[in-house]
Amino acid sequence: MTPILYVLGLTLTTAGVGFLLIAALGVWRLPDVMSRLHALTKADTAGLTLIALGAACLTGRLDTLLALGLCIILVGLSGATMGHLIARTHLSETDSE
Amino acid sequence: MILNFLALCTLFATLAALPRLILGPTAADRILAAQLAGTGTVATLIVLGAADNAPAMFDTALVFAALSAVTGLAFVALRRKRL
Repeated sequence: MTPILYVLGLTLTTAGVGFLLIAALGVWRLPDVMSRLHALTKADTAGLTLIALGAACLTGRLDTLLALGLCIILVGLSGATMGHLIARTHLSETDSE
Repeated sequence: MILNFLALCTLFATLAALPRLILGPTAADRILAAQLAGTGTVATLIVLGAADNAPAMFDTALVFAALSAVTGLAFVALRRKRL
């Protein structure tokens, strides 16, 4: 493993963990469903993407990139879609009351 | 060593959603916390796989990602039907 790749992977992973901690803090502390959803959907996906890219750099092998890339695509797609669907369900429930 | 500490941090991020999962005023809060727990689990497995240089962890993380997507879909579909 080259040192450049190691430092790059460690930096990316640390940034991703920071994003994930911020997402957890937002879900824990923010006052409203919509603001929690706002904190979750963006920071979550960004954190996981950074962590997966950092892990791909750290292992330094190309074949791990398949599983990690699939992880990124799956979580990105499902996270974005789920944010919209949860918000729509929540809005239709509060409107019907 | 650093990577094991980072894995511990992601585990804490996963556990921080737990009060929202239990207390959450609405059902949307609960499913939101469950989604954060799913993503945190995936991240923890990826960091652990990078720490031990074990690519099998990445496949496990992929399974967890697929399962958490199904969880959210089930919530929305069942909720929509009940309304």
